[in-house]
Amino acid sequence: MPVTAAAGPPVVRLSGVSIGYGDRAVVRDVDLTVADGEVVAVMGANGSGKTTLVRGLLGLATVLAGDVEVLGRPLRTRQDRARVGYVPQRHTVGGAVASTVREVVASGRLARVGWLGRLGARDREVVQRAIEAVDLSPMAGSDIAELSGGQQRRVLIARALAAEPEVLVMDEPTAGVDLASQQALARTVGRLTERGVTMLIVTHEVGPLIDVVTRAIVLRDGSIAYDGPLATSPVGQDAGEHHLHEAGDCADPHADVDPDAGRAAARGAWLGSPVEDR
Amino acid sequence: MTPVLELLQYDFMRRALVAGLLVGLAAPVVGIFLLQRRLALIGDGMGHVALAGVAAGVLTGAAPVWTALAAAVAGAIAIELIRARGRTSGDVALAVLFYGGIAGGVVLISLSPQGTPANLNAYLFGAITTTSGSDLVTFAVLAVAVLVVTAVLAPRLFAVANDPEYARAVGLPVLGLNLTLAVLTAVTVVVSMRVVGLLLISALMILPNAIAQRLCHSFRASLAVAMVVGVLVSVTGIGTSFYAGTPSGGTIVVLAVAVFVAVSVLSAALERTARRRHQVAEGHHEHEHAEGCGHPAVAHGDHVDYVHEGHRHAVHGGHYDEH
Repeated sequence: MPVTAAAGPPVVRLSGVSIGYGDRAVVRDVDLTVADGEVVAVMGANGSGKTTLVRGLLGLATVLAGDVEVLGRPLRTRQDRARVGYVPQRHTVGGAVASTVREVVASGRLARVGWLGRLGARDREVVQRAIEAVDLSPMAGSDIAELSGGQQRRVLIARALAAEPEVLVMDEPTAGVDLASQQALARTVGRLTERGVTMLIVTHEVGPLIDVVTRAIVLRDGSIAYDGPLATSPVGQDAGEHHLHEAGDCADPHADVDPDAGRAAARGAWLGSPVEDR
Repeated sequence: MTPVLELLQYDFMRRALVAGLLVGLAAPVVGIFLLQRRLALIGDGMGHVALAGVAAGVLTGAAPVWTALAAAVAGAIAIELIRARGRTSGDVALAVLFYGGIAGGVVLISLSPQGTPANLNAYLFGAITTTSGSDLVTFAVLAVAVLVVTAVLAPRLFAVANDPEYARAVGLPVLGLNLTLAVLTAVTVVVSMRVVGLLLISALMILPNAIAQRLCHSFRASLAVAMVVGVLVSVTGIGTSFYAGTPSGGTIVVLAVAVFVAVSVLSAALERTARRRHQVAEGHHEHEHAEGCGHPAVAHGDHVDYVHEGHRHAVHGGHYDEH
């Protein structure tokens, strides 16, 4: 069942990669290959390097050593970057000026249009489909400031989809999101897997995505501590212990404080779902 | 003769009105991106720096418009580079640049032979009599350049202002676009220096947009409304300044503030009335109605209601209304 790296041509390939900020490495000497169509949950305690890993992949954090290839080559040109969708970790969208869902999602299409940045009929159709894919079409003309946090998160996903990416990188898409939006997100991810989009999802709680994740990576102190099926991952085997470990990290004054940690521990019950059924 | 025609028989008034029209169009266009980036006060800083340029021009006998342009553009690039490099130290560096600009300007102007207080006031708060024919040609070229460059870059400027991190991930030249916006702001400051004044120009970049924010729900509509408001307050302000004998910049901005207050009061009142008529479906409506969601859909005017336990729910922004 779990897709192994040999199943297809690699979509993401990291070899001996260290990533960090300035000259400080947060992720050290990581090897990782992700095959076409895989849905990888990137997990681990706060400060373990999950976000840094995906930011390095996207060229937002400095790759200090090793090679990063996405879809067969380093991400350099705008055309290369357009093939990778990114949903940043954010709780709200937008600046101080009103903008509609459609306007924000359309800004994701920029990666695919010419230097004038004008959208043609097909571009607008793709934007509309991206909005439909996250179940927000009734709100396409609404000011994003009127939307709930979960709905705003889905706007960010639609924005990434508007570039028709072959790989989608999502950073904590479910954290602090209401139930309706979690369910909508799971539906969206399900539809995307049917279309063969490869996904890397940084997450604390696989929860609503448990049926679509094909592989889990657990990071610890900037290295990959586990790589394999979700069911046998240290997170999968004993969520309680994992979350206790995480809570321990949070007590460290140098670690980021994580408001979700307590909630995640209480909700460790996501493991209650019959994992073998997938 | 009607008052409007009377205005137009003076050359200086015709020049002032055209300059006002240019400023009224260009300032809100640049300002909307500044507001979106929460940099509403950056135009003020550039005005301060431009004053040092004006003073250098007055002192050396060079055309103040060009020395102001050079100072404002250099200041804009410095400000943006400082902002891009860091946060805490950047804040202090900006303050030093702003205060240095205005203090340097005042000192230099006082050293110049023509440096009278009245002269300084005209640069700071605007005056209708000061726009020369050659100024007007320069302003027209600069304003058209600002409008064209902003129109071409608008989708990218929007993306960067909305989410710089995402813009960087999709390969947009974020620093380049931010520098371009800073230079556009500096150029707009200079275009406005005659009729609005260097201390007040930022108001014309921000207030029309703040007014539009009370009325609009989309970026595109906000921009259109802000441009209309910008032109109206700017041209009306210049006309009023002629009859009232007040500084044009101050008059324009007082007018803009009055419109802002009126629109705010009015829109708040309208919102209250709308809220009284508007009943939100039970607090946490976690189910999302959509085609085939299990609730019968009923067409209702321009939208669809969903029948939910005997009520009709219609989507409105992020929630459902009872219809």
